[in-house]
Amino acid sequence: MENFDQIELNILNKIKNIKDHNSYELAKTEIFGKRGIITELFKKIGSLDQNKRKDFASKLNSLKTKVIGILDKKLNDFDQSEITKKLKNEKIDVTLPGRTYFSGKIHPVSQVIDEVTSIFSEIGFSVEEGPDVENEYYNFSALNTPDNHPARDMHDTFYLDHSKDLLLRTHTSPVQIRTMLKSKPPFKIIAPGRTYRHDSDQTHSPMFHQLEGLHIDKNINMGHLKGCLYYFVKKFFEVEKVKIRFRPSHFPFTEPSAEVDIGYKIEDGKIKIGDGDKWLEILGCGMVHPNVLKNAKVNPKQYQGYAFGVGIDRLAMLKYGINDLRAFFESDIRWLEFYGFDPLDVPTNYRGLSR
Amino acid sequence: MITSLSWLKNHLETKANLNEVAERLTEIGLEVESIKSSDSNSDNFIICKIIKAEKHPNADKLKLCDVDIGSGTLIKVVCGAQNARDGLFAVYAPPGAVIPKTNMKLKIAKIRGIESHGMLCSGYELGESLDKEGIIELNKKEKNIGEKYFKSTGEKTMDIAITPNRPDCLGVRGIARDLASTGLGRLKKQPPIKINQKFKNPIKVSIKKEKGQGCAVFGSVYIKNVQNKESPDWLKKKIISLGLKPVSAIVDATNYVMFDLNRPLHAYDADKIDEEIIVRNSKKGEAFEALDNKKYTLENNMCAITDKSGVLGLGGIVGGTRSGTEFSSKNILLESAYFFPSEIRKTSKILNIDTDAKYRFERGIDPNSIKLGLELGMCMILDLCGGEASKFSIVGKIKDERKMIDLELQKFSEVIGFSIPIPEAKKILNSLGCSVNTSGKKLKILPPTWRPDIKEDIDLIEELARIKGYDKVPLIDPEKNNIKDTLNYRQKLFHFSQRSIASKGYTEAVTWSFTDSKTDILFSELKKEIKLSNPISSDLDVLRSSLYSNLIIGAKKNIHRNFEDLMMFEIGPVFKGSKPGEQSTMIGAIKTGKHSRKNWIEKERNFDVFDIKNDVLKTLNEIGLDISKIIVSNKTKKWYHPGRSGLISLGSINGPELAYFGEIHPSIVKKLELRTDNVLGFEIFLDNIPESRKKIRETKPKFVVSDYQKVARDFAFLIDEKYSSGEIISLVKKIDKELIKNVKIFDVYQGENIGPGKKSIAFNVTLEPKDKTLSEKDIDEVSKKIISAVQETTGATLRS
Repeated sequence: MENFDQIELNILNKIKNIKDHNSYELAKTEIFGKRGIITELFKKIGSLDQNKRKDFASKLNSLKTKVIGILDKKLNDFDQSEITKKLKNEKIDVTLPGRTYFSGKIHPVSQVIDEVTSIFSEIGFSVEEGPDVENEYYNFSALNTPDNHPARDMHDTFYLDHSKDLLLRTHTSPVQIRTMLKSKPPFKIIAPGRTYRHDSDQTHSPMFHQLEGLHIDKNINMGHLKGCLYYFVKKFFEVEKVKIRFRPSHFPFTEPSAEVDIGYKIEDGKIKIGDGDKWLEILGCGMVHPNVLKNAKVNPKQYQGYAFGVGIDRLAMLKYGINDLRAFFESDIRWLEFYGFDPLDVPTNYRGLSR
Repeated sequence: MITSLSWLKNHLETKANLNEVAERLTEIGLEVESIKSSDSNSDNFIICKIIKAEKHPNADKLKLCDVDIGSGTLIKVVCGAQNARDGLFAVYAPPGAVIPKTNMKLKIAKIRGIESHGMLCSGYELGESLDKEGIIELNKKEKNIGEKYFKSTGEKTMDIAITPNRPDCLGVRGIARDLASTGLGRLKKQPPIKINQKFKNPIKVSIKKEKGQGCAVFGSVYIKNVQNKESPDWLKKKIISLGLKPVSAIVDATNYVMFDLNRPLHAYDADKIDEEIIVRNSKKGEAFEALDNKKYTLENNMCAITDKSGVLGLGGIVGGTRSGTEFSSKNILLESAYFFPSEIRKTSKILNIDTDAKYRFERGIDPNSIKLGLELGMCMILDLCGGEASKFSIVGKIKDERKMIDLELQKFSEVIGFSIPIPEAKKILNSLGCSVNTSGKKLKILPPTWRPDIKEDIDLIEELARIKGYDKVPLIDPEKNNIKDTLNYRQKLFHFSQRSIASKGYTEAVTWSFTDSKTDILFSELKKEIKLSNPISSDLDVLRSSLYSNLIIGAKKNIHRNFEDLMMFEIGPVFKGSKPGEQSTMIGAIKTGKHSRKNWIEKERNFDVFDIKNDVLKTLNEIGLDISKIIVSNKTKKWYHPGRSGLISLGSINGPELAYFGEIHPSIVKKLELRTDNVLGFEIFLDNIPESRKKIRETKPKFVVSDYQKVARDFAFLIDEKYSSGEIISLVKKIDKELIKNVKIFDVYQGENIGPGKKSIAFNVTLEPKDKTLSEKDIDEVSKKIISAVQETTGATLRS
């Protein structure tokens, strides 16, 4: 009968000598290999007497379990100490910069177009567009601004031909005509886009952006116009209250016409919209002139409504504190990155228009 | 239009103060743009003497002047006028002064490297003459140096923006009438005029009957034995407050009437008129010298006031020097006429003349004001200069084209949103000068002759709303229902791709739709450039036919500021022709410089074609295009490096062109002096992206995953260099579309150890079985097929 205690001592001695993975493998072979101590003992079981066999097997099994346990722990300790050792050597300076990563920006004009579109989308407007090159008819005559009308002086026009028929649109209003001609009322549209006037200084640029609005239906009156623009201004400037003034004015294509001023004040050198005792003109509007409806094949006896036009660049300047209009179009990367918006910042009503 | 409270009170009986008046004017559409104490700015302008005028060291056309303004020290002023010279007395404006004509506030500015402390003014800049050439030359003495140039008027003035539909408010009386109609006062009656006019006007006037005759009525009065002189102080002050310069009593009186009643008058020195006045169409080539001291050569059919010797002036626009009044004038002819707005406008546009009279006639003068104008002008001149007046001679007639307008107040409330009772409407319209009759619910209205803008009922509705006040209009909350989708497919595509490109690191620029023809032609395939007739500057002279033109001009500016690693894009129109609609929407993007520069962890490297190729493909994929249908080929455009650029098309090489990408042609980069050797770019044709009838969710195949192990094998071939990687990939994929999931090129080599004209290409093929685990045998079979297919098609040899 084997002395299990002696065997165990023997095995434990071997395990004690394990210093690394190699000696671990060696010891394991000596114990569990083909000729290993434990393996040899198992081979003996068959040749033992029936009465001794059970006791032997049970002792051997518990020895095996114990040894495996010790070995596993040994191995685990090894891995652990190896990792610990590795960790000691693996130290980096995390304050070093990471790999190159590019992030682009959206231009303030595009961002504001998206903001404005989101606002008007909420109250039922859809987006229409028109060409940048227009002819005289759509840009002026159809809009009740006949040739030799002094109102044309307010639009310094870029022409593409000497007969002055082809031009760069001076406002987005021709889209009104094009929209009405291609479809049937009711109309409830906005039209953002590029517009052009022969003018250049700090607040005028030969190209700028406008947003046209048009709402034509059977019973749309000036009260609807007022409500719509109140809603827009409040949402756009993201203020609870806003002081707005509708002031009579003149545009050939609307009658009555109005200009809209918003209240503002200067606080800590910054403009604050909505409150205060100063007025700032932000848009022009009015009830669409019956002649315009006639020119667009809409019966003014059945339909009426309002139109408005607002400078998109100007909105951007006011909301985001930008001073020089010309800088919008100069592609100075410093300006674009400073005033630009993260492409993930998609203006929506439910997540908030701006951050 | 400039006016003051005291002037308004000549016509309006009111207790309101200036602020109340200004506020009310703005409320009824006569916007008060500013209230100025006329002293504050005009006090800035000082009489000075140029002590020394030398050539500017850095500019041939500029002069550097030492100017004495009476302050004890000489001031340095840079001046562009030819007539600036030693010893000249002139008008000096210091920094901080606002130039009346341009509203520009002066600052100390460096002009060609030399600081200019203020400026010397021309008559044009001070709003005193039309002459832009040269500075004012004063006839003054040493003792005047340092004196104020403008005599102070003491009273505050309002500058009112008058919209083009309201010519009547280009006269003080019109403004007063509008104020009275709001209840802010009472419009005074014009005092009756009683002058003894005994003799007949000795100067015969005729209006020639011809086509396009621009004059309808010519009224005149002859005043003899006048003694012209400087105006009295009260009149001078009024004239100065208008921003004009007093000339003489006669001229000042005519200007006064013009601003008081919106009734332009003109005074001729009657002794200089050759026999008679004939109003006729001009003939091409006729010329005259106008009161702005410029010579104008006329075209055919301009409305000319002539005598036997030729043209005296242009009717309603500007008079001539030949018949101008002087202090010595003894007998004068005063004209009060009606000229047709469209003719005035046409002529002044052609000759590029802008005068106060022209501004009024082109907007519409009250045709009934001819006699009133003569009366008032005559009275003033007789008062100021004495003399004797003839009877009025009024030649010609003008048809009263006013129509009776029917107005139903029901329509007022339908358009404006609140209602107005008949009596109130009548009262307002009456106070504006309309005659109103009631017939049942209808009002029958005849507008006054001074309101050419009132033509139909909507115009009257506006008048009522305006005078009642827009603040009475109710606020109706907007409804939230949509008629149709906010954006259509194209618009969604625009917004989506815009943010898709930006998310790849490109910064969006918005640039002019016009550009420099010299740059644009490098990126254009147009046969004819699209020229602007009147560009804002010579380097913005054509509509852009490519987005590259402005992007690269912009990139150049940035690079020259040492921002050399750039990623910029623009989305917007490019133009194909000069007719409406001949434009398309594109994305253009550029990358310049290095991907990483001075980087501790990455190898420094330039951006390359494969950076931008990925950006394009990823964007197209994000837009929703099936990447398996996208074909990349080496077709290219002239502005790209011919060997380092390509086309992305849909379906086949000849399918719709979706995008070009590549390195910008080195010769263009050199020509444009970009100071970089590395410019890459891509152009996406958004209009060529087809609208899918189905949503992405509808076109996705069923989600199927295989339970069997995928297997990968590497292959390497020696192959003729003419075969592109793309061709090999599609060749291999075709062998077993079910089984071969992916082909990945992992090495391409050309050079030593390989024969010339050959390349080594290595790729990794992923097999993904659907119905069983692949055995070695299966894998071998596929491998053999791949090898033989590549060999047979391309003549390649397998590398071991």
